[in-house]
This record gives sequence, structure tokens and C-alpha cells, in this order.
Amino acid sequence: MKNTFDWQIEGKSSLMDLKLKDVWAYRDLLWLLVRRDFVSFYKQTILGPIWFFLQPLLTTVMFTFVFGKLGGFKTDGLPQPLFYMAGITAWNYFADCLTKTSTVFRDNANIFGKVYFPRLIMPLSIIVSNLVKFGVQMILFVLMIAYYSIIKHENCFPNTYILLFPILIFLMAILGLGVGMIISAMTTKYRDLAFLVTFGVQLLMYATTVVYPLSTVKPSLNWIVKLNPMTSIIETFRYGFLGNATFSWSNLAYTSMFAFVVLILGVIIFNKVERTFVDTV
Amino acid sequence: MSKIAIKVENLSKAYQLGNIGTGTISRDIERWWAKMRGKEDPFLRIGETNDRTTKSESNIVWSLKDINFEIQQGDAVGIIGRNGAGKSTLLKILSRVTAPTTGKISGNGRIASLLEVGTGFHPELTGRENIYLNGAILGMRKREIDRKFDEIVDFSGVERYIDTPVKRYSSGMYVRLAFAVAAHLESEILIVDEVLAVGDAEFQKKCLGKMGDISTNEGRTVLFVSHQMDAINRLCKSTVVLDNGSILFKGNSNEAISHYLKGEKGTYSHRSWIGMNNAPGNQIVKLRDVSILNQCGEISEVLKINEPIYIKFSYEVIVDEIEFTHGLNLYNQSGIHILSSHDLITSKKKLKFSRGIYEARLEIPKNLLAEGLHQISVAIMSYNPFFIHFHETDAAIFTVVDTLDGTSARGEYGGSFPGVVRPMLFWENKKIF
Repeated sequence: MKNTFDWQIEGKSSLMDLKLKDVWAYRDLLWLLVRRDFVSFYKQTILGPIWFFLQPLLTTVMFTFVFGKLGGFKTDGLPQPLFYMAGITAWNYFADCLTKTSTVFRDNANIFGKVYFPRLIMPLSIIVSNLVKFGVQMILFVLMIAYYSIIKHENCFPNTYILLFPILIFLMAILGLGVGMIISAMTTKYRDLAFLVTFGVQLLMYATTVVYPLSTVKPSLNWIVKLNPMTSIIETFRYGFLGNATFSWSNLAYTSMFAFVVLILGVIIFNKVERTFVDTV
Repeated sequence: MSKIAIKVENLSKAYQLGNIGTGTISRDIERWWAKMRGKEDPFLRIGETNDRTTKSESNIVWSLKDINFEIQQGDAVGIIGRNGAGKSTLLKILSRVTAPTTGKISGNGRIASLLEVGTGFHPELTGRENIYLNGAILGMRKREIDRKFDEIVDFSGVERYIDTPVKRYSSGMYVRLAFAVAAHLESEILIVDEVLAVGDAEFQKKCLGKMGDISTNEGRTVLFVSHQMDAINRLCKSTVVLDNGSILFKGNSNEAISHYLKGEKGTYSHRSWIGMNNAPGNQIVKLRDVSILNQCGEISEVLKINEPIYIKFSYEVIVDEIEFTHGLNLYNQSGIHILSSHDLITSKKKLKFSRGIYEARLEIPKNLLAEGLHQISVAIMSYNPFFIHFHETDAAIFTVVDTLDGTSARGEYGGSFPGVVRPMLFWENKKIF
């Protein structure tokens, strides 16, 4: 009698076996993890979710003071706080996705070492958790736009390119996820990268158009800043919401290509490492 | 023919010893180079077993080596073996926490593994929230948890605290809640690692009962790793004994346990160190041999419950004018220390020894020990100042059996008879009214 089996565990598996079916079966876990992150964030704090506002708000104040007032950086004719707020909100989403994802194996070694579930759930839950935070921060940003455009009559109105917003979120998410997963996979064995990430992300911010607009970058250095896939996302974000920035379809197309390649690479590497990372982490 | 639940074929798992860090990158490159040329991994040398007591040049060990076994659906199977035998590795591979190096496992039905209770519990979340989170981590859908929620809370017995963050729980409550979630998993195969060593006695009993239920009444397959031989014996019909990464024995639990206990220490109703330089002892006194004798004075591993057992050991005294006493410890198969004895009482005045070879003999009366394996240790020590010359902990292992001839404490009763000792006690019954 020949037996047929439901499942098999083998030493080697195909690189392309991404187990997306498993991920779907565990979708409830994804939501519970997001809920956990959110609930545990503000438990036993007095201000609770208000902390989500405070961080970008204080950074905006600081940037306005340092780069706007002291440095005298141009802001494409936009009100300085609004300009920095746009950059910070978008950048933070990407940066949080990246840094959190990049330590996912180490942070969860305990759970991963004891029970199986599709590991991809963890980074995905990070992306969604941060999306919630990003959403809350977007409310603040929209309120600020309303304040500056309606009450102070500044010229900063959204245009039709605001419709690209969902695509921008998606691009930031997969970019952060992809890079984060590649780093997390590599840090299971070589911890060196983990040190690089924390300040690397900070440095990268200055190579992105967060504190200065792309239009003020010298043409000779322009290509370096454009090489950074986050640049076109932030420029497009500002263009859509505030009506003034450097928008280019070709830059956005480059970013999309970049993001997808990184995502696919990330998922493949992540799935390969996931199988035995418990032994080396 | 019943259906196979799990089939393990040629399963091996290699681990790297030592630090992972500097130096690994060059090795990784070497490994990759070998792979590119289609050669075998140069660092996985064949034949290294995982014996942690011996040193070897290679720092790759095989935690599991060519494991093969099958488990039928509905069976409860125990896995035993001393520390480092590969039990946990096997469970980790079965529960897909880590992948095997070579070989494969195939199976039918959903697997739920409990390598630890309360995995993923978040201290800030309430009991209710943690039930959902933990359930989902273990593979339950939300609907499933909704349906089982009341049952889980009921089993855990922490109803009053269900909306309190679990960080306020006592450790016992925490574990109860965690086990309750796990016990209500609806998987066809359940893998459990020693989680029963938690909670108070009452709850442990409840857990064991639940596990028994799962395998016998619900017809689910259970794989159970434990060091508690009695739990294994009670729950599992068959047992796999692992030793240094390979299977030492598989079959009936009773036999497996005695195999394990013997395998761990070797078989011995007789051990001799005569002419060997590693004999237990020092420059004053050295152990020569230890024997277990039956009533007829023959060396035997199997002794009858209703006959006296003799323990005899000989030793060499190397100096003159020395005082010491003889001692013995006796343990049963669960490692329970049944008794200790020394001859300070029986020999009223202190014994003075001079150079020579001596023999000590001790009688364990009939109808004292219970059935099963027993292990003894022998020692010689001096007093004033107290000093142990030797204490041989693996001196001998023997089995006590009841031949069921009706003259033991069992009488005519042939069923399960618990207790660490089995003395013949005198019962008196009379009519008082």
C-alpha cells in the first residue's frame, strides 16, 4: 500500500517556494500581532496614542529651527514646517519599516525558536503596524495643510497627483520590507550589519530630499540623490499633497523597479535563512 | 492497516560548534566554492557523533544521524534519551522550527507543537488578548479560538483574571493559561516537550489526563518528550530511545525505559576495576569490584521481589592504621532516592584497617524494594575529619521482578501496583460491631 502525505519536511527546498499559501492561512495572526504592537505601545502611558503625534511634531520644530532658520535652506516656496513635516512623516514610515524588519530574526528568536508559523508574517505585521502609526501621523499632516492653506492662505494645495499616494505607501512599504529582510537575513550570522543599520538609516535621510528639495541640488550632484529610490517618493509625496516639488514619472518608475527587485530578493533570501536561522542566531 | 501519521526517513542534522563570527565568512566562501563545483560540503565530515564528552578535531557534530521511524495515526509515542541525545533537535525539526541537514519527514494531518508553553505571550496584554494571540501563533484561526474560548478559560481556572494583564499573574496562573490554550488545539498531531514539569501537582495531573484523553479518546497522534519515566510509561504505548543522535531502541515503552536506564549507565550487576588505573578511590583505598547477588550467591541482574538481595563490593586498602565506614545509596528508575545506609550503626566500635583487600557485604531484605530498575552507589568515607575516599555513583543496576507466585506483597493481584517500596505489611481485620 502506497501512502500519500499531506506535508513533507526536507533539508533542501526550492528558492522560489515562498509559502504564500501558508501566510494566507495565518492571516489572523497578522492582525493579532498588529493589535499587540498597537495596544502594548500605549499601555501604561498617560498620553497614549498622542505619542504618535509628538515625535514628528518635535522633529519638525527642530528641523524648522536648524535647517530653516539657522541654515536658511530653501523649501520650494512651501511653508517650512509643512515642508519638513511632509518629509519626516514619509521618511519615518520607510525608516521604521526598515529598522524594525532588519532585526526581526533577533527580536523574535525566542518565538521563532519554539513554534512554527510562516516567518514572513512577522515582517508583514511590522509593515502593517507602522502603517497604523503612519496613518495617525498623516491626520496631523493633513490638519497642518488645512491650517496653512485655509487660515494662513499659503499656496500649498493638493493636486491630482495625490492619487498616487496609495502607490507611494506601497512602494515605501516594500522598499523598507525588502531591504529590511535582506539585512535581517544577513544579520542572523553576521551581526555587523545590525550596527550599520541604525546610523545608516540616519545618514541615508540626508541623502534623501527630506531636509532640502531636489530642485536646489546642483545638477552635477543630482544623479546621486536621484539614485536613492526614496527621493522620488518623497518628492512625489510633496508634489501631490503640497502642490510644489520636483515630480518625474521616470524617477518614480526607477523607484518602482528598484523596490520590486529588492522585495523579491528580500523574500527569497528571507525564506532561505528562515529555515535554519535558529541554529545560528 | 492504520494510516501513517509521521514517517521519518534518514533524518540527520549537523550543528556547528564553537563561535560563529570571525572566520565563518571564509569558511562560508569555501563551502560555497565546493558547492559550485558540485562537491560535498567539506565541513560536514561523515561519522562525527555528538558525544559531548570526547573532543574531536572537527567542530561539526551530528546531533541526529540517520534517524528512521514511523508513527501510526492515533499512537502516543514517547521519546527519551539523556541530555544531548538529540530529542530536542528531533522535535525542532518535526515542528519545523529548523530544517534538517539531510533526510526527510512526511506526514498526514496538521502538526501543533508545544516546545514551550506560553510562546508569544505578551506581558502587557490581558489574559483574553493573550489567548487569541497565543492561539494564533500555534496555528488556530480566530473563529476556532472564539468557539473554544470558554472551554480554555474553564480549563485554565483563571476566569477572574481574564481581563488583567498577564504580567500580574502568578507564575502558576500564567502556565495554566498557556497550557489551556495549547491543550485545545485541534491538530491531528501534537508534539509536546516536557511542558508537564510546570504548575502544581493538581494541575500536572490535569495536564497528563488531558494528554491521555487526546491520544486515547480523540484518536490524535501524540509525540511526547520527557525525563519523567512514569509519565512516559502512563501516556505512551511505544517509545523511541535516542542516544548520541541515533536510535538505540524503539518499541514497547516498558522495555524502552529499561533500555534507556541501562544504556545510560551500562548494564551491570557486576563491575570490576581490578588492575585498572581509573578505579574509584585515592591513595588510601581503592574500589575493586561491585556485584549484585541473588539468594543463591550468583551474580544476577534480575532479582526476585520475595528473596533477599546481596550487594557485595571489594576494595584495597593501601595504607595502615586507617579508619573508615562503608555507605550505600539506592535509587529507583525515576531517580528517586529510596534509601541510604552505612555501617556506623552495625559496627559499634570504629573499625581500624591495615593494608590488604577487603570485602563488604550487605543484605537488602526480601519484600522491601518495589518492582523495576534500581541503581546503587557505594562509598567509603572517613569521619573526623569527614572525607570521602570514593563514591561510585554508577556502581550497579538491577531489576526487581515479581514472579507472581502469590507469595509477595502483590498476593494474587496482577495489575498496576504503585509505590517506591513494596513491603509485606500485616493487615488485621476484625468485626467490631
